[in-house]
Amino acid sequence: MPVLIRIARTLRRTLLQAVPTILGIVILNFFLLQLAPGDAADVLAGEAGSATEESVAALRARFGLDSPVLEQLATYLGNLAQFSLGFSPRYGMPVADLIAQRLPGTLTLMAVALLIAILLGVILGSLMATFAGRIPDRLLSVFSLLFYSIPSFWIGLMLIVLFSVKLGWLPSGGAGTIGSQLKGFPALLDKARYMVLPATSLALFYVAIYARLTRAAMLEVKNQDFVRTAYAKGLTPFGVTARHILRNALIPITTMAGMHIGGMLGGAVVVETVYSWPGLGRLAFEAVMGRDFTVLLGILLLSSLLVIIANAAVDLVHAWLDPRIGAR
Amino acid sequence: MSTTDFGAFPAVTGGAYAAPATNEQATAPERPSWSNMKAPDARSQPNAAVAVTNGHRALKVFFANPNALFGTAFLALVIAVALLAPVLYPDDPLSMVGKPFLWPCQDPAFPLGTDSLGRDVLAGILHGSRISLFVGLVATALGLTFGVVVGAIAGYFGGWVDDLLVRLIEIFQTLPSFVLLVVLVAIVQPSATTVTLAIAVISWPTVARLTRAEFRAIREKDFVMAARSLGVGHGRIIFREILPNALPPIIVTSSVMVATAILMESALSFMGLGDPNVVSWGSMIGTGRELVRTAWYLTALPGLAIVFTVLALNLIGDGLNDALNPRFSQDR
Amino acid sequence: MAPLLQVENLTIGFPRAEPVRDLSFEVSAGETLAIVGESGSGKSLTALALMQLLPRTARVTSGRIVFDDRDLLGLDAREMRQLRGREIAMIFQEPMTSLNPVMSIGWQIGEVLKVHEKLSGRAARERAIELLRLVRIPAAEKRVDDYPHQLSGGMRQRVMIAMAVACRPKLLIADEPTTALDVTIQAQVLDLLDTLRRELQMAVVLITHDLGVVAQWADKVVVMYAGRKVEQALPGDLFNDPLHPYTRGLLSASPRLKSDFHYLSGRLTEIPGSIVSAAGEAGCPFRPRCRQARASCGHQVPPLIAQTPERLVACPFTSSLKAVPDAASLSL
Repeated sequence: MPVLIRIARTLRRTLLQAVPTILGIVILNFFLLQLAPGDAADVLAGEAGSATEESVAALRARFGLDSPVLEQLATYLGNLAQFSLGFSPRYGMPVADLIAQRLPGTLTLMAVALLIAILLGVILGSLMATFAGRIPDRLLSVFSLLFYSIPSFWIGLMLIVLFSVKLGWLPSGGAGTIGSQLKGFPALLDKARYMVLPATSLALFYVAIYARLTRAAMLEVKNQDFVRTAYAKGLTPFGVTARHILRNALIPITTMAGMHIGGMLGGAVVVETVYSWPGLGRLAFEAVMGRDFTVLLGILLLSSLLVIIANAAVDLVHAWLDPRIGAR
Repeated sequence: MSTTDFGAFPAVTGGAYAAPATNEQATAPERPSWSNMKAPDARSQPNAAVAVTNGHRALKVFFANPNALFGTAFLALVIAVALLAPVLYPDDPLSMVGKPFLWPCQDPAFPLGTDSLGRDVLAGILHGSRISLFVGLVATALGLTFGVVVGAIAGYFGGWVDDLLVRLIEIFQTLPSFVLLVVLVAIVQPSATTVTLAIAVISWPTVARLTRAEFRAIREKDFVMAARSLGVGHGRIIFREILPNALPPIIVTSSVMVATAILMESALSFMGLGDPNVVSWGSMIGTGRELVRTAWYLTALPGLAIVFTVLALNLIGDGLNDALNPRFSQDR
Repeated sequence: MAPLLQVENLTIGFPRAEPVRDLSFEVSAGETLAIVGESGSGKSLTALALMQLLPRTARVTSGRIVFDDRDLLGLDAREMRQLRGREIAMIFQEPMTSLNPVMSIGWQIGEVLKVHEKLSGRAARERAIELLRLVRIPAAEKRVDDYPHQLSGGMRQRVMIAMAVACRPKLLIADEPTTALDVTIQAQVLDLLDTLRRELQMAVVLITHDLGVVAQWADKVVVMYAGRKVEQALPGDLFNDPLHPYTRGLLSASPRLKSDFHYLSGRLTEIPGSIVSAAGEAGCPFRPRCRQARASCGHQVPPLIAQTPERLVACPFTSSLKAVPDAASLSL
């Protein structure tokens, strides 16, 4: 079966399955919003300091915060249908715009971290599988478990101490040199310098996961008959590993990779606060501090969507990697 | 990020993927690596179907594993510290006791130094173990109980109950768990209790999914069929027949859950969303963070406490996995 | 002219067993040698030793394998790789699992050509189609993009054969090539092998436990028991006049030789006991199962006695056994 048909089928099935999940998340999201003590009007009024009963009420009426719950849900759903996530009184702009502003920062950070994690993880895991049971494997196994146990915010701070404070090699926070006039490649390099530490802090935990996964998956594949066939063809051990073992081992690895997108988003929240990285995580932190629940729930909703999209992407990669999938 | 998704842990989601490091030498040396090769002793190999997890042997395997032993010993130490902290340092660890900014080893009275407010770092770390362990253990117990119940019901009864619960699990697994945790704690106001509950809320779905899968597999086994045909009640079948057989992967999961819960609590405290009245490793790092350029030991030391405690729990999880996973224990 | 393949006193050892002992045989160019024996007789390990693909724990402890005037045991890894797939090719027992499930069959056939003949992707694909035609796969130009799961077992074994003969090897090792296939497909695949052997002038080492296969397709037969050669003969002689008690047992165990009877289990129930019982015994390995065993059989391993240059047997009592009426049951 051609690859495209396989992928199209997978995509349709994945999307159909996502619909009830999205609906459930939206409703859960709305009720969480209702649970929140006080509302944006209270906070705003509190910050203004001299708010009167009337002005608070006026604020409430303006943001529709005084209608009955079901009506609010209906409004909420109606707004969502128009891709509107509500209005943040605190920032004075629609939540959707606010998130759109910050989303690219988080996505870049996650993408770079994921790339580092998968690359390093697969390389380390392959090494571990090659030397399974011997010294390199044991050392790397202990290291991977150690990486797995380190909180990302802490390793982030420690990396700042080492690379920014002691060595002065890399910036300790932000996303680019402020007011820099750089263009083209130097600008990219500047961005990359700011990216290194946050992405590494975020990636380290996942390096451990992917290394362990790759090791186990490769050991599993290594004993299969077709690997022996590959050797019988006269392939080099590297050729067998790269073309036959890894390709098959990637199937379970991608499944797991998809499962970590949500976790990585959560990780980004913390890492961004450490490095003052202008992304969703930082926005979430600010929203928590300002008790701006509209923004917070907008982020929750959007990040769930992101997870769903990521899962769909993983399914597609899966369908591309494994010809047996479309047949089912 | 270490605060999320313990479901991510290979040992939890796919026991099969967590090949232990020691597995290779444990395999009988005569056994060739090609699966359809027939070694001279091929017939004497036990049938995989008869591999039964044996509690005694599992314990023996566990305690023969140096990593697992180290983990257990270190965890025991942390528990002892948590219990003894009020005796060793009866004063409130949040109170000022000495000169500020004493570096470790500078003053024998404060072996790990003092922070910007002259609080004893060692006292903070010792007392911090209490909240970490409390949150870790209680949140795991709650999440485990709820998850096992939901998973058992879904897996055992199947049908529309299963469909519904699976949807629920799916919703919770789609929501990025740490973001949800932040939202929950922010909404209900942080305290030791709410943090614990919130962590339990985000951790049950993994257990539920695992338990459901186990139950679905075991439900079809002969001995369950036999019990059913004898008219044994559902409750009795669930708790007496299936649950004991489904326990091994759940036990492995639980140690990793505690580790994850500790990481989550520390991340929350670090972000200022922990219980403000209790000293915690995360909050110590959070306050130390402002001074990371000058007094980095304030950040480093509590972080090491987290790393080693979590590492100990993960080592235990690995050891349990090696000992309880029948696929591998069969080879031993 | 020297034979194409000469195996001399080959002994293969695992750390705690010696599954192949002191094995010698020769194969001339274009000839089919059948190696016959039960599962566990060491025949598959012998095949893997010829390819230098033994499981990691196994070692050739002594002996020589001379192929085309080169001692394979003296070659380094790179030299051996250049032989594999190009001059010596192998097909395996399980066509279901011996092909990579995630690559198209055309790619997998082409890979050999890319490695050994440095063909481009396009040229390799063209050759793969030709090879699929050669192994009588209908609509080869369409099938070339199929994946293994889309083919039947017989088709997959044909693909394996296409892969093996892609570089026109001088020697093809077929390890139980039809055991996993349906009875009706078996003859087709073996006929194909035989045709290709003649067309391509290959020598074939056919490893089997199926005497029916031997009778129809072999030029020379080696019977193995517990890692040793116990008899060697031309097929006609072997069936008319089996000398070793084990060979006689084998023949009486397949009474309907000419029909498609096939004992899938690979066990010889007509001979009491199993091959495992030979392990650790002094003397003749077949003694525990031999009906004609005498006290002297326990003293030493009987040496191979050459009756004629083509006829070897490892039993000193063959001439007296002929008088035993038991042999009358072998009325072939």
